[in-house]
Amino acid sequence: MDHLSHPEYAIFTSGLSKRFGSRNAVDGIDLRVPRGSIFGFLGPNGSGKTTTIRMLLGLANISAGQVSLLGHSVPEQIEGVLPKVGALVEGPAAYPYLSGRDNLMRLDASDRSADPKSRDTRVDVALARVGLTQAQDKKVNAYSLGMKQRLGIANALLQPRELLILDEPTNGLDPQGTREVRNLVRQLASEGITIFISSHLLAEIEQICTHLAIMSQGKIVAQGTVEELSATEIFSLSLVTSDGALAIATLKALGIEATQDGKIISAAIPSDLMKPEELSKLLVEAGVGIQAFTLSAPTLEERFVQLTGEGFQVA
Amino acid sequence: MTGSLTFSEISILFRRRRTWAMLATISLIPIALATAVDLSSSTIPPGEGPPFLDRVSQNGFFVSFTAMIVATPLFLPLTMSVVAGDTIAGEASIGILRYLLIAPVNRGRLLLVKFAGALAFALAATFTLLISGLIIGAILFPVGSVTLLSGDAISLPAAIFRLLIVAVYVTISLLGLSAVGLFISTLTVIPVGAMAATVVISTVMQILDNLPQVAVIHPYLLSHYWLGFSDLLRNPMSLGSFGSNVIVQLCYIAIFGALSYGRFTTKDILS
Ligand SMILES: Nc1ncnc2c1ncn2[C@@H]1O[C@H](COP(=O)(O)OP(=O)(O)OP(=O)(O)O)[C@@H](O)[C@H]1O
Ligand SMILES: [Mg+2]
Repeated sequence: MDHLSHPEYAIFTSGLSKRFGSRNAVDGIDLRVPRGSIFGFLGPNGSGKTTTIRMLLGLANISAGQVSLLGHSVPEQIEGVLPKVGALVEGPAAYPYLSGRDNLMRLDASDRSADPKSRDTRVDVALARVGLTQAQDKKVNAYSLGMKQRLGIANALLQPRELLILDEPTNGLDPQGTREVRNLVRQLASEGITIFISSHLLAEIEQICTHLAIMSQGKIVAQGTVEELSATEIFSLSLVTSDGALAIATLKALGIEATQDGKIISAAIPSDLMKPEELSKLLVEAGVGIQAFTLSAPTLEERFVQLTGEGFQVA
Repeated sequence: MTGSLTFSEISILFRRRRTWAMLATISLIPIALATAVDLSSSTIPPGEGPPFLDRVSQNGFFVSFTAMIVATPLFLPLTMSVVAGDTIAGEASIGILRYLLIAPVNRGRLLLVKFAGALAFALAATFTLLISGLIIGAILFPVGSVTLLSGDAISLPAAIFRLLIVAVYVTISLLGLSAVGLFISTLTVIPVGAMAATVVISTVMQILDNLPQVAVIHPYLLSHYWLGFSDLLRNPMSLGSFGSNVIVQLCYIAIFGALSYGRFTTKDILS
């Protein structure tokens, strides 16, 4: 087998694809999740995040490509590596007729590598970590959505893990719960656990991630550190002037298409075209009276929309 | 250890209200049967109603035995289908299956554990029927030494021992059906569908077993030896149908176990 393992990456995929019928839900993605990173896996609904996660965990068969999870090839060596991986996949699930605690006991009993002697203690710790200690003896059918979500996270934390794969972990949580999950993720990451966290909301995870991959229609359209992805080739210009027509003509001469909205002129400027000070000088020399001049990099949010929206449009 | 998961599986099964409701209903079968016999003023002529019904009022021992005959074709397979049809599909429908598999549980091992759970239910069901029958029989009717079908009389303890073998026989009869239900359960995420399909199969098997036109396939039908346990109440005890039943059930377990394994270990878990 020529499959290379990649122990330096927590997750390494090459050409990973999943075909449903005639279309690829995941279409040849190359994920590079370094160990120790908090990796944000972003993409709009239906872009293939959950499907990718199912393949990483050996739940769904791989249509094409290869996966290495903590240096183990998937699916061949999946059982050896899964005890080191905690996961939340497409929302939590539980036996509604059992208490939260009994659900965790059941899932822990399923893991052959889990020590039955420490089971009670580990379940206690996991429940405490997600703030479910008080509600542990309630039946899950009496849990709120957020409580179920917390129980799902507790399940991912039953054993010491090297990698956590969290699919939309803040779904259904109140703002406080969302903040707690974020703090928990930071804390777990500081313990050296690699965190792979999917979301369709950049704002949810932007503040905590060190790395990002952006999915769109089954493909990765951008991947790298947050700094790399924030570094942009295109700035947006916002100019306030009463000489609108003159400003547009001047920009046009430079090969820049601009739009006007009252006194505000907007345009997209490739970053390698010229420096901001050169551009303002040119405009002044052309006789444009400048009341305000801003040249700003788009936010990561705007980049996300640019990358996943139709075409490559600048707002 | 598989031990812990099997233990967890069985304890979950017996913590469900549904399981207790089914066992409670099963315990009512001998009670209803004995009460009906007790209340009917006229003595039942031999040959009317279920076999051995006429013996019930003479000896309470026959309540359990007759209840086995009454429950074997319909009610026991029905409850068995509920449990077996739910095995995988029930876990899939609430989404917990994906968490079991990434715990991780080996898929083949999960099938074995599920089958063990079905076996535990089959035992519980038949023994519930047996014990409930013995109790109500002792309350309503005289009990004493039992006259076997061959005419000999044996002591009550010896007869109860035979009844235990009958219960084992009926338990074994349910295992082939469990394997069928387990397989159907791997095909769907809708447990009710799997339960219903399993009931249908048990019914079709029994219908075919009653059609003389297909006599050649009768010995291979899941239900062919289901009622063969009367042989156990003869002297000397005839184990012929016991053996044949074991073989048929083992064949169904082997075939449907293999099909379940083939299906489940290659399946995409998308629920
Ligand atoms: N069982 C299935 N059969 C056919 N197509 C499927 C199946 N499951 C998912 N898909 C398709 O695969 C694509 C990706 O779905 P997936 O659930 O991976 O998206 P996602 O990125 O997780 O979206 P969301 O943010 O809504 O959770 C979708 O177009 C979906 O319709
Ligand atoms: Mg999803």
